[in-house]
Amino acid sequence: MIAILTPRERQIGMAMAIGLALLGLTMAALGGHDPIAVHGFMALALGLALVFAVGSVLEEPAPNPARLQQYYDDPIKVGIVLAMIWGVFAMTIGLWVAALMVWPDATFGQAWSSYGRLRPVHTTGVIFAFGGNALIATSFHVMQRTCRARLADQLSPWFVLIGYNLFLVWAVTGYFMGVTQSKEYAEPEWYADIWLVIVWVTYLVLYLRTLKRRAEPHIYVANWYYLAFIVVVAMLHIVNAAAIPVSWTGAKSYPAFSGVQDAMVQWWYGHNAVAFFMTSGFLGMLYYYLPMRAQRPIFSYRLSIISFWGITFFYLWVGSHHLHYTALPTWVQNLGMTFSIMLLVPSWASAGNALATLNGAWHRVRDDATLRFMFIAAVFYGLSTFEGSFLAIRPVNALSHYTDWTVGHVHSGALGWLAMVTFGAFYSVIPQIWGRTAMYSPKLVEWHFWLALAGLLTYVFSLWNAGITQGLMWRAYNSAGTLNYSFIESMEAMRPYYIARVLGGALFLAGICVGAVNIWLTIRGARDAAPDRPLSPQAAE
Amino acid sequence: MSVTERDIFSGYMTTGHDWNGIKELNSPIPRVVLWFMLVTHVYAVIIWTLYPAWPLGNTHSMGLLGGDQKIAVAADVATATAARADWTTALATEDFDTIRANPDLMGRALATAGQLFGENCQACHGAGGMGGPGFPRLSDDIWLWGGTAEDITVTLRYGINSPHPDTHVAQMPAFGRDGLLSGPEIAVLTGYVQTLGAGVVPDDPSEGAVLFQENCAACHGADAKGVEGLGAPNLTDADWIYGGDSATIRLTLLNGRQGVMPAWQPRLTDAEIRMLALYVEGLHTKGAEDAQ
Ligand code: HEC
Ligand code: HEC
Ligand code: HEM
Repeated sequence: MIAILTPRERQIGMAMAIGLALLGLTMAALGGHDPIAVHGFMALALGLALVFAVGSVLEEPAPNPARLQQYYDDPIKVGIVLAMIWGVFAMTIGLWVAALMVWPDATFGQAWSSYGRLRPVHTTGVIFAFGGNALIATSFHVMQRTCRARLADQLSPWFVLIGYNLFLVWAVTGYFMGVTQSKEYAEPEWYADIWLVIVWVTYLVLYLRTLKRRAEPHIYVANWYYLAFIVVVAMLHIVNAAAIPVSWTGAKSYPAFSGVQDAMVQWWYGHNAVAFFMTSGFLGMLYYYLPMRAQRPIFSYRLSIISFWGITFFYLWVGSHHLHYTALPTWVQNLGMTFSIMLLVPSWASAGNALATLNGAWHRVRDDATLRFMFIAAVFYGLSTFEGSFLAIRPVNALSHYTDWTVGHVHSGALGWLAMVTFGAFYSVIPQIWGRTAMYSPKLVEWHFWLALAGLLTYVFSLWNAGITQGLMWRAYNSAGTLNYSFIESMEAMRPYYIARVLGGALFLAGICVGAVNIWLTIRGARDAAPDRPLSPQAAE
Repeated sequence: MSVTERDIFSGYMTTGHDWNGIKELNSPIPRVVLWFMLVTHVYAVIIWTLYPAWPLGNTHSMGLLGGDQKIAVAADVATATAARADWTTALATEDFDTIRANPDLMGRALATAGQLFGENCQACHGAGGMGGPGFPRLSDDIWLWGGTAEDITVTLRYGINSPHPDTHVAQMPAFGRDGLLSGPEIAVLTGYVQTLGAGVVPDDPSEGAVLFQENCAACHGADAKGVEGLGAPNLTDADWIYGGDSATIRLTLLNGRQGVMPAWQPRLTDAEIRMLALYVEGLHTKGAEDAQ
């Protein structure tokens, strides 16, 4: 895999690996007893491993120029495997967290396993590690195929992938040690944040360079979405992560904003992480793999345009719906509410466009579990955006806010939409890039589908019930004019729902485990002549 | 390059773009989407006209109906408080006997106090005041500071070992850590305290009894039955705050104990504190009934 790098790429790679090792060494040496030192040692170990890996091929002859006639799929393969590993890990932690709501003592008295530390491990793990690796891997695939161009070079994809995963490891191990900025979905501390900026800008440059090499006159919709994902996430991250470190050799920092401004920046970020990380990027995925698998043209080009610009424009205004009835001024809340309602149309337009694309291919939806994954994803995308706009209406939010309804909504999006479309995309791309005509076992794909669907439905129905019950209990008054229930009574009423949620989570986890086994067997299986699209002749990089 | 063709299934032309076999239909935007868009935009414009919504330099648009949630919530709280004033004022001002004699008032007070207890007290004192290690049981008839509503009101207002200047103070000294007693003496006393269930034998010459009378009786009483008003518990009953096993007693003697009960004034209103006092006062009767 490494020998395919050109001699020049190997030299630069070597320099970067040494640089990483030195960075790690500096952090470890100056950090003393601070957790930043532990992260320094991790970077040092990774840097050294890369030095040895690249060093072993440094003197090898230059790679065969025939490679330029092929797509560069190695980073995609690694990205997919990493996504699956992270997915299984993070969903296991999720199951543990769900169990803690029923059996709160199941932390075994350890600090690292307390609820407050495990929860961000789960959220970062599923959204950024499973979802992020899946997005990076599929974006490399989609952009090469729809541009008919090989990735612009062979080094920067690796920098993006390895750098991003170093960020994730820092983030997740940091939570276990209690390192956090205490901003939801933006917990990692300042040094990890800076590192991510470097990685992300490299990703953007790589994407643009590859697009520039395209052999197609037009840029396909999927690429618009991936590009929006990359550009806007960079912007959100840089603004929201602005912080002042307590010291350059320690992990702790304080956000640059304070009070309600900080809350607003945080949720402007938070909601657009939903929009551009968890929606835009995955719409890119849907726009490529769904029509491929259905073998149908996209239902409407015009609808694609409306929904793309609608989503991109409206989403950026709606963050304040996370702060209804807080210290945030009322006018900001009203503005966020109205934009959330207007956002519904472009959201549904994309879901509708995907479903209408399936017209003429419903027999494939019936027969092909891979396509069915993407069908369910489009349905749940539609459901969760409808629900989101509904929850954004202030009087509705008065009932739902702080309840498990929010968590139910999140998972209708995260399990029903993100995870489903990712599985559909993986089952489409894996056979192709590993040179097979089909997955090792289509039966196991079926199993995965039904486990995932059963888990998803159990999960979201139990939490919808839980949330609405909670919301109603919290606002019930008795004849004396007092609240009827104490908080703890509402917690007791949650127990059956929380048990159901554990069950739903277990089913979903079982599904992804089946998927992981199937993927592993496919990777190890023999190659056969899988069709791929011919690359258009490329100039040397 | 751009070759448009007709899709047989839908009857629409394609746009002529082709990416790796993916084509797009040049179908018109469905009517329903445009209608839907119109409706949501009209909704937004109505809200913007009626309520505050857009920033205008240093201020913001006010809307025809205005509305500021801070003012709204203050008004709501005032209305709700006024609506309950008829009986909450009575609770805050009447003496306890008058309140106890008024079944309607008692009914409201106890219903409300049950909720207040769940919200504020249960986390420490357990469901129904059953207690737990470090937190005394409130559903029995054993009291450190008195069990009438009057006494309990004082305990609740000012707390125990709380920062409030009028707090009750309950200090079990750290005999071991502060070197007041030696290790062997603590071991002897630990054993002795465990025998207290049988009561204190007058003029007991044993080492434990002597040490107890010298060091402990001032607070726990010569009969070890505790002194109400010092917060020192009865050591002869089976009711333990921290625990009556030898390991826990040893820890109590080594490190001392200063249980903290927060002061609830002004976090709870006077009426609420008095409702809670009545509720806690009634817990042991309720506890006894439940036990039957
Ligand atoms: C943070 C934990 C905590 C909370 C919350 C708490 N308590 Fe206490 N409470 C204690 C502790 C500890 C003691 C015993 C102090 C000691 O050991 O000296 C105590 C003692 C008491 C006593 C005195 C018992 C006696 O025997 O005289 C009463 C009465 C009482 N609490 C009632 C309440 C009520 C009513 C509430 C709710 C408004 C409440 N407590 C909330 C910790 C708490
Ligand atoms: C200065 C007064 C004082 C003296 C002297 C004192 N105690 Fe205490 N003791 C207390 C108080 C007050 C408490 C309750 C502490 C609390 O609840 O936080 C207590 C609690 C205890 C407890 C825990 C009871 C339980 O229910 O878990 C034991 C056991 C005890 N004392 C034994 C002793 C012994 C033995 C001595 C003599 C060596 C002694 N005490 C001397 C004030 C005193
Ligand atoms: C039109 C689209 C959407 C709108 C308007 C919307 C709106 C909302 C609202 C109002 C909340 C609750 C805020 C609160 O009361 O705390 C919320 C929470 C959330 N939504 Fe959505 N949503 C949309 C789509 C999605 C999708 C597709 C996902 C994908 C997974 C998603 C993920 C989340 C998450 C993770 C939260 C939880 C935030 C938290 O931690 O508090 N949303 N959304």
